[in-house]
Amino acid sequence: MSAVLQYAVQGLAAGSFYALAALGLAVIFGVLGVVNFAHGAFYMLGAVATAVLLDTLDLPLWWSLLVVPVLMFGFGVVVERLLVQWLLRLDPLYNLLLTFGLTLVLVELVKQRYGVSGLPYRLPGGLRGRVDLAGVVLPRYQLFVLLFSVAVCVLVWLVMTRTRIGMIVRAATEKPELARALGINVGRWVTPVFGFGVALAGLAGVLAAPFRAITAEMGNNFAIILFAVVVIGGLGSIVGAVVAGFLVGLVEAFGQAYAPTFAQILIFVLMALVILIRPAGLFGRQEATA
Amino acid sequence: MESKRKWAGASAITVTLLLSACGGGGPASSGGDFSGDKLVLAVLNDQSGIYKDASGPNSVKAVEMAVADYRTKYGDQAVVKKIEVTSTDHQNKPDIANTKASELYERGGADVILDVPTSSAALAVATQAKNHKKLFLDVSAATTALTGAQCNKYTFQWAYNTHLLATGTGATVTRNGGKKWTIIFPDYEFGQNMTKSFTTAVTKAGGTVQETIPTPFPNENFATFLTKAGSSNPDVIGTMQAGGDLINLVKQFNESGLKEKGVELAVGLMLINDIHSLGVEQFAGTLFTDPWYWNMDAEARAWADRFLAETGARPSFEHAGNYSAALQYLDAVQAAGTDDADAVVAKLEGKKVNDVFLRNGEIRAQDHSVVHDANLARVKKPADVKEDWDYEEIVAKIPAAEGFPPAEASGCSMKP
Repeated sequence: MSAVLQYAVQGLAAGSFYALAALGLAVIFGVLGVVNFAHGAFYMLGAVATAVLLDTLDLPLWWSLLVVPVLMFGFGVVVERLLVQWLLRLDPLYNLLLTFGLTLVLVELVKQRYGVSGLPYRLPGGLRGRVDLAGVVLPRYQLFVLLFSVAVCVLVWLVMTRTRIGMIVRAATEKPELARALGINVGRWVTPVFGFGVALAGLAGVLAAPFRAITAEMGNNFAIILFAVVVIGGLGSIVGAVVAGFLVGLVEAFGQAYAPTFAQILIFVLMALVILIRPAGLFGRQEATA
Repeated sequence: MESKRKWAGASAITVTLLLSACGGGGPASSGGDFSGDKLVLAVLNDQSGIYKDASGPNSVKAVEMAVADYRTKYGDQAVVKKIEVTSTDHQNKPDIANTKASELYERGGADVILDVPTSSAALAVATQAKNHKKLFLDVSAATTALTGAQCNKYTFQWAYNTHLLATGTGATVTRNGGKKWTIIFPDYEFGQNMTKSFTTAVTKAGGTVQETIPTPFPNENFATFLTKAGSSNPDVIGTMQAGGDLINLVKQFNESGLKEKGVELAVGLMLINDIHSLGVEQFAGTLFTDPWYWNMDAEARAWADRFLAETGARPSFEHAGNYSAALQYLDAVQAAGTDDADAVVAKLEGKKVNDVFLRNGEIRAQDHSVVHDANLARVKKPADVKEDWDYEEIVAKIPAAEGFPPAEASGCSMKP
C-alpha cells in the first residue's frame, strides 16, 4: 500500500512538471493557433541559460527563475515578429514546419557553442535532502517543483479567466471578428502571448536544470511527451493541459513500477484512447480547434 | 604555430596537385611499395552527435600526434614520407558508416580506418574492411562481436569491449563487498548485452543480481525506476545508461537518498568527458571501468600534457586508444616496408606492446583483440580534486588476462 502511495506522489511530482511545461504550448496554440514544435528547444534554452548564468555570473536558481523567463519572453517576441507572424494567416502547417526547422537550428547552435555532453548544474543547498510525508519520501527539490508548478498553473489560469487581459485574449481567439467589431485590437495581443508561452517553456527549463541532463538534445524527447499531454488535455485548453499533465505523470510512475519497458508507451496508449473517445481531448472544445 | 601548419598542409596539397597535373610521379623518396605513394589514415567517427566529446575531432588530433611521433622517431629512415590524416563523420549510423567506409577505401585511398564508435556502425565497417582487404582498427565500439562471431583478418579491436566493462566493474565491485545487485538498463541491444555480461560476471564473483529493470530509451524521468530498484535493498545499483540518460539517472539517484542508505552506484560505460560535463560532485563515489586514465602514471600524464596543449582538454581513453592504434600501425608499416594490408597484419599479429595506452598489451593473433591491463576507477569527491580533469582514483588494476575473455572462447574464426 505504502509503495502505491509512494508511486502516486512521485507521479504527481512528475506530473506537475509536465503540466507547467505543457502550459506554454497550450497557451500558444489556444491564442495563435500555432502548433509550436520549437517548444522543446525553448525549454532547452531555458535550462542552458540557467547553467550558463550560474557558471558565468554565479546567478543562483532563485534569480534564474525570474531572469530566464524574462529573457525568454524577449526571445519569443523576436521570434514572433521576425518569423512566426508572417505565416499566421496561412495553413497552420507552415508554422509547424517553421518551428520544427527552428528547433533544428537552435539545437545545432547550442551544440556548436556548448558541446554535446552537457553542462553541469548543482542543486542549491537549501533544496537538497528529502522530506518524509507520512511514510512517503520525496526529494525536497521535487516537492518544490510540485508546489511551484501548481502555483504557476493556478496563476496563469486566474489571469486567463479572471482578468480583463485574459478575457480580451480569449475573446480575440474565439471570435476574432466580433472582438474586432467591439473595438479590440486583436493583433496587438498576438506577440506578447507568444512571448509568454516561450517564457513558460523557459521557466520549465530553469526548473529542469537541477534534476535533468542539460544538453542540446534534452528537449527533443521531452517535447513529444508534452505534445501527448496537450492532445490528451484538449489542444489549447489550459485546464486540460494541467489535468493531462498530472494524468501523464501518474501513468508514467505506475508504468515504471509495474511495466517498466512500457512506461513511455503507456502515455501514448492513453493518448490514443482519449482521442478515440473524445477526439478534441478531455477539455477541448470544437471551437478551439477550428 | 597553427597557421604555419596550415600553410605547410596547403603547400603540400598544391605541390601534389602540380605534380599530378604534370603527369609526374610522387616524390622519389617514396618507393613503389605504397599505394598512391602515400599513407592515408582515415578517422571515421562521430563529429557532431553524442560521442563527439568522447572521441570526435580530438581523436583526429590524437592520430595526428601519432604521425608526428612516427616522423620524429624515424626521421630520414621513415619508409613513407607522405602521410595524410582524414576525418569523416558517420553520425553513429551504420548505413552511413557503411557507405563512408566503402568510399574511403575505394576513392579516399584510405590504408586504414580508425576509431568508429557505435557497435552497429563498427560491424558495418568491419565487413567493408574484409571485402576491400584493408585495415580497420576499431577503438571506440564495445561489441565483442568484432573479435567474435564477426571477426576478420583485417579488423582489430584496440581499446575495450563489453566483457572488459562487465568483469572490470561487475566482478571487482562484487569481490569488494557489493554482493547484491539491481541492474537498470536501457532496453536495446547495448543495454541488454551489458546486462547479460554483468550478470555473468557478478554471479561468477559470488554475488547475485536480484532484479533487472528495463527502461525506455531515451528516457528523462527515472524517479520511480530508482524507488523500485531501491526497494529490494541492494548493495549496488548498476546502470547501463549512457550519455544524457546516464546524467538524468545520476542526478535523480543523488536526489533519491539511496546513496545515504549505503547503496553504491556502478556505471557500465562512462567516459571522463561525462564527469567533466556534469561536474565531479554529481558523480562522486561512482565506480566504473576505465581502460586508461590520463593521470594513472607519469608516462600517461606526459602524453596527456601534450594532448592538453594541442586541444585544450584532457584525453579520454578513446583518444589515447586512437593514438596508440595509429602509432602501432605506423610502426608495423615501417617494419613491413609497405602499406600492403596483409604484410602489415602479419607484423601486428601476436606483437607484445607497451606504449602510452597499452600496458602489458598484446595484439592477439587468434581473434585480433588487443588485450591490456585496465582500471577500476572511483570518481573523486570534490574536496580531493587537485586540478582540472583530476576526477578519478584508481581502485584496482584489472589484469589483461582477467578483463578480456580468452581467445578460445571468442568464437572467432579468421578463415576468409
